[in-house]
Amino acid sequence: MEPVRTVTGTAVPLRRSDVDTDQIIPAKWLKRVERTGFGQGLFSEWRADPEFVLNQPRFAGAAVLVTGPNFGTGSSREHAVWALLDYGFAAVVSPSFADIFRTNCTKAGMVPVQVPAEVGDALLAAVEADPSVVITIDVAARTVGGAGVSATFPLDDFTQWRFLEGLDDIGLSLRNEDEIVAYEASRPAWMPTLP
Amino acid sequence: MANKVWDSHVVHHAEGQPDLLYIDLHLIHEVTTPQAFDGLRLAGRGVRRPDLTVATMDHNTPTIGLDLPLADPISAKQIAALATNCAEFGITLYPMGHANQGIVHVIGPEQGLTQPGMTIVCGDSHTSTHGAFGALAFGIGSSEVEHVLATQTLPQHRPANMAVTIEGDLPAGVTAKDVILALIGRIGTGGGAGHVIEYRGSTVRSLSMEGRMTICNMSIEAGARAGLVAPDETTFAWLAGRPHAPSDVDWGAAVEHWRSLATDEGAVFDKEVVIDATALRPHVTWGTNPSQVVAIDGVVPDPDILTDAGQAESARRALTYMGLAAGTPVREIRVDTVFIGSCTNSRLADLRAAAAVVDGRHVAAGMRAMVVPGSMRVKAEAEAEGLDRIFTAAGFEWRAAGCSMCLGMNPDQLSPQERCASTSNRNFEGRQGPGGRTHLVSPAVAAATAVAGHFATPEDL
Ligand code: SF4
Repeated sequence: MEPVRTVTGTAVPLRRSDVDTDQIIPAKWLKRVERTGFGQGLFSEWRADPEFVLNQPRFAGAAVLVTGPNFGTGSSREHAVWALLDYGFAAVVSPSFADIFRTNCTKAGMVPVQVPAEVGDALLAAVEADPSVVITIDVAARTVGGAGVSATFPLDDFTQWRFLEGLDDIGLSLRNEDEIVAYEASRPAWMPTLP
Repeated sequence: MANKVWDSHVVHHAEGQPDLLYIDLHLIHEVTTPQAFDGLRLAGRGVRRPDLTVATMDHNTPTIGLDLPLADPISAKQIAALATNCAEFGITLYPMGHANQGIVHVIGPEQGLTQPGMTIVCGDSHTSTHGAFGALAFGIGSSEVEHVLATQTLPQHRPANMAVTIEGDLPAGVTAKDVILALIGRIGTGGGAGHVIEYRGSTVRSLSMEGRMTICNMSIEAGARAGLVAPDETTFAWLAGRPHAPSDVDWGAAVEHWRSLATDEGAVFDKEVVIDATALRPHVTWGTNPSQVVAIDGVVPDPDILTDAGQAESARRALTYMGLAAGTPVREIRVDTVFIGSCTNSRLADLRAAAAVVDGRHVAAGMRAMVVPGSMRVKAEAEAEGLDRIFTAAGFEWRAAGCSMCLGMNPDQLSPQERCASTSNRNFEGRQGPGGRTHLVSPAVAAATAVAGHFATPEDL
């Protein structure tokens, strides 16, 4: 993945809670075998409504999605993150994320910014009132700010390091090759294997 | 117990870093893997342990006309990509039409590949199903799939532990599905976030493996990383004689190991929930997430009485989407379609329960009713018992195995506004087809509903 140090830009306010990944990228889009091109499918059912926030020109060109709690529930499809990235988002701000979605974000280079509920509400309200509000996310400082609101967000050291350096997770794990080999030697022989 | 399985799989531990866990079994399917295999090729990496990896085709596969070319060329391309990738990397594949093909979470247990104490992952959130055997099993994204293919390990942060204790005998007509729907209704779709849930108590002990799988399957709908049940005689009896279970020679050692996995007396959990099984009723979801659920004797709730503004708003949206008015008795809601299938409720025991209800009866006029067995093996076993004839005589369609109308990636879909009683696990907007309206229920309620034409329990008939 590419390094991600800061994200700065305007935001789209999505005032909904429990947004599931079936809404973020409906199943019919999952048939693609590539990693790109999912932006067209982002929220495609909701975008059929001309009033939906993503269809409002005043929110065009945003880098940050600000949303209600429990974002990204349901299916493990990483396509949801690819769709957000492909559409142009680089970070999602929410009071809480579903576990698999959050992990997928950190693997694909999208910053999951978890903020206290009142901060989330304040940011939503600020962006709704003024689409030109710029939000800045600083991965090194673990801070999010904009519209007079600022907060820190949780990001473990390891994930932060991977974001800042753009490190390949698989390469990191393979540094433990000797330990993997040793572990494999200790597994009981009766555990199932395939021919 | 989750900690015991975790600790026995740590390959590398360092302060401030996630633990590197060894993965004993990696299940793969066509939808979440093409990008992972491409990643391997780009980086010039191979599959470390093809012998710990097994593939099936389930999400896109049609359930009729298996011998015909796929109607959708994009689905066909994805299916073909899996076949090519498995051939290139030497991975065992159960392709469409194979006797072992089926939904990934049905075939693992069926083949005896899912065993207590293992770590199991799959690019699919319902991997939690395998926890019914006392395995630590969780869903992952495609980047993690690539990671496991390349290294057979996964860096993971240790989750918290939650105990859900369910005590007492289930009343007649109340099933494992109703237990898990009731739990999700209580703790919400984020109630288990960051946790592995261990299900315990007398109710769980007396459930069949199928029932335990139904409960663990939907742990993810409560936001949990995984669900677990300590293995016991029921677990061992299921495993004995399965194709990949330990041989007679190793059986004793394996069982001894499995018995040691149970949670120690007095272990402390980060969160605890207790459910009185004796007070449960069959449940029906009314909204667009699985926590929006009521007992079948109840009415569609009024969003205005919800104190949480966000929940009230989401309930209002859900009622509009579902075309329901607050206060409508659940039994008066008419249903167009009944779907019996999915990794939650498509095993032999589920089909038997549904068949017992429809035997000698017929589906209501105008009702579309479909049974999609979870695997080709379930299909064959059901046919050997004559269940297919009971269903077809009652007016059900009897199909081949796959995910089918659980997510409508194949041609089995709802039309806009079509109302469906479904034994699957997600009632999200458009899940079974754009504009479709899904109500989650148990197989028994689905079967009774098909006959009655509106939500019903078997006793109502
Ligand atoms: S049956 Fe449904 S929930 Fe289960 S694996 Fe298939 S699509 Fe996913």
